[in-house]
Amino acid sequence: MLIACPYCGPRDLSEFTYQGDANRTRPNPMSNDQSAWNAYVYERVNTAGDHREFWQHSGGCRAHLVVIRSTLTHEIKSVAFARETAK
Amino acid sequence: MAEYSFLSLLRNALSGNEDWKPAWRKPDPRPSYDVIVIGGGGHGLSTAYYLAKEHGITNVAVLEKGYLGSGNVGRNTTIVRSNYLLPDNIRFYEHSMKLWENLSHDLNYNVMFSQRGVLNLAHTPAQMDEHARRGNAMRHEGGDAVLLGREEVARMVPGLDMSASARFPVLGGLLQPRAGTARHDAVAWGYARGADRRGVDILENCEVTGFLREGERVVGVTTTRGEIRAKKVAVAVAGSTGRVMKLAGIDNLPIESHVLQAFVSESLKPLINQVVTFGGGHLYVSQSDKGGLVFGGDLDGYNTYAQRGNLPLVEEVMSELLAMFPNLARVRLLRSWGGVMDMSMDGSPIITPGPLPGMFLNCGWCYGGFKATPASGWCFAHTIARGEAHPLNAAFTLDRFARGILIDEKGQGATPKWH
Ligand SMILES: Cc1cc2nc3c(=O)[nH]c(=O)nc-3n(C[C@H](O)[C@H](O)[C@H](O)COP(=O)(O)OP(=O)(O)OC[C@H]3O[C@@H](n4cnc5c(N)ncnc54)[C@H](O)[C@@H]3O)c2cc1C
Ligand SMILES: [Zn+2]
Repeated sequence: MLIACPYCGPRDLSEFTYQGDANRTRPNPMSNDQSAWNAYVYERVNTAGDHREFWQHSGGCRAHLVVIRSTLTHEIKSVAFARETAK
Repeated sequence: MAEYSFLSLLRNALSGNEDWKPAWRKPDPRPSYDVIVIGGGGHGLSTAYYLAKEHGITNVAVLEKGYLGSGNVGRNTTIVRSNYLLPDNIRFYEHSMKLWENLSHDLNYNVMFSQRGVLNLAHTPAQMDEHARRGNAMRHEGGDAVLLGREEVARMVPGLDMSASARFPVLGGLLQPRAGTARHDAVAWGYARGADRRGVDILENCEVTGFLREGERVVGVTTTRGEIRAKKVAVAVAGSTGRVMKLAGIDNLPIESHVLQAFVSESLKPLINQVVTFGGGHLYVSQSDKGGLVFGGDLDGYNTYAQRGNLPLVEEVMSELLAMFPNLARVRLLRSWGGVMDMSMDGSPIITPGPLPGMFLNCGWCYGGFKATPASGWCFAHTIARGEAHPLNAAFTLDRFARGILIDEKGQGATPKWH
């Protein structure tokens, strides 16, 4: 798998650290809505298809990225800086 | 139906092995059953077997989208052990171990269960302490565990690098003597034959494509071989849990699908007589009866439903194997493959009624569902037959996450790639 870091260009998988599902929304830290916290921490859509996920270019520029990648073929559809697209 | 005995072997040898009967029938689906089990892996087949054997429920169909054994039951590294720390896990896996010990006899099918021992190496004083604690927990619940020192390990595994200059010098290890390996395909075939001869229909090439509902209630399934109704529908599809449950409108399970790779080397003379695991990283290796080394390590570590992994993990696994056994440096790799794992949020399984009325769910097996095959089917069959969990699987609920009663063996939290 090659991930095209927007800063460094295409780099090998071994330079990146997977940081999981980017579809979840973190509740307001002051919220005590138990079911919203449960959903954020434990529940996953576990998509079979295009999956929105976080990676960090930990062995490169260290930027946090949002990647859309097919979990069926490993094809990478898009890569963007997390700070620009993450909620 | 195929029966195996000294006489039948002799008779079939004399007739050129052309008269063997198939081990299970290939029936057409009936319009309805008492119970449908989705997934013809180890767990689905053992569930059907114990439904018939322990509960007298024989009007059962197992629906498998491919051929029997095409999933993880035919892809694992065949390690069977019960060396857990937490009581709910120890009791469940110990029950499984006891079923394994009698399985070939029970099924009249040789699953080649080999109690060669599983040895977890320790490389730091902290790891020795952790092993002592785990061993005591196992013995406390009636299991078997022996703490070994450096000399004993060296005698037991002569091929291991025991030099003081090793990258991770070996200090000792925890041995579970009753643990070992079993032939995975035979487990699927043996349970399939046992279920079939008790009247269970095993329907291969029968993919579930949707659920039939009456209101909330699940009353059957649509498949590539037509509609099939049932009083109870049980899901045991391991790595495909996310995809199948989505057909029932459920997409918020505490499960992520990840790939685990496994490797087999060319055949060697006997070198490793146990299952040996590395404590400086994550690696487990054993030697098959054919002589090949069977080994694996960590997950690739990203969500996937593809039954293949990537090369960085391959390199890591090989380097860990060589850290233990530098004498293997010139051995060639024969094959490698991957399987999709249903990783749960605390590393422990789910065996429960629900989440919809008429439905039962079995999933969350992570790396370790092969050893669970007998107990998983045994407990799931009880749960389906009685409509409530057996004490052995009562803790493996779906709502334990929301209720804060997780069974997190490693204390890793909700990061499935670490379990
Ligand atoms: C590389 C690797 C190594 C492993 N090593 C070990 C080990 O050493 N020890 C251990 O204890 N465990 C190990 N495991 C884990 C173990 O193999 C699994 O946890 C266990 O096999 C899962 O249960 P199963 O046998 O029922 O799964 P599977 O055999 O995967 O059964 C699920 C079945 O459901 C079917 N299915 C899916 N969708 C549908 C549908 N829509 N309709 C009908 N059928 C469907 C699939 O085709 C499949 O046959 C390993 C796994 C892998 C991949
Ligand atoms: Zn970069």
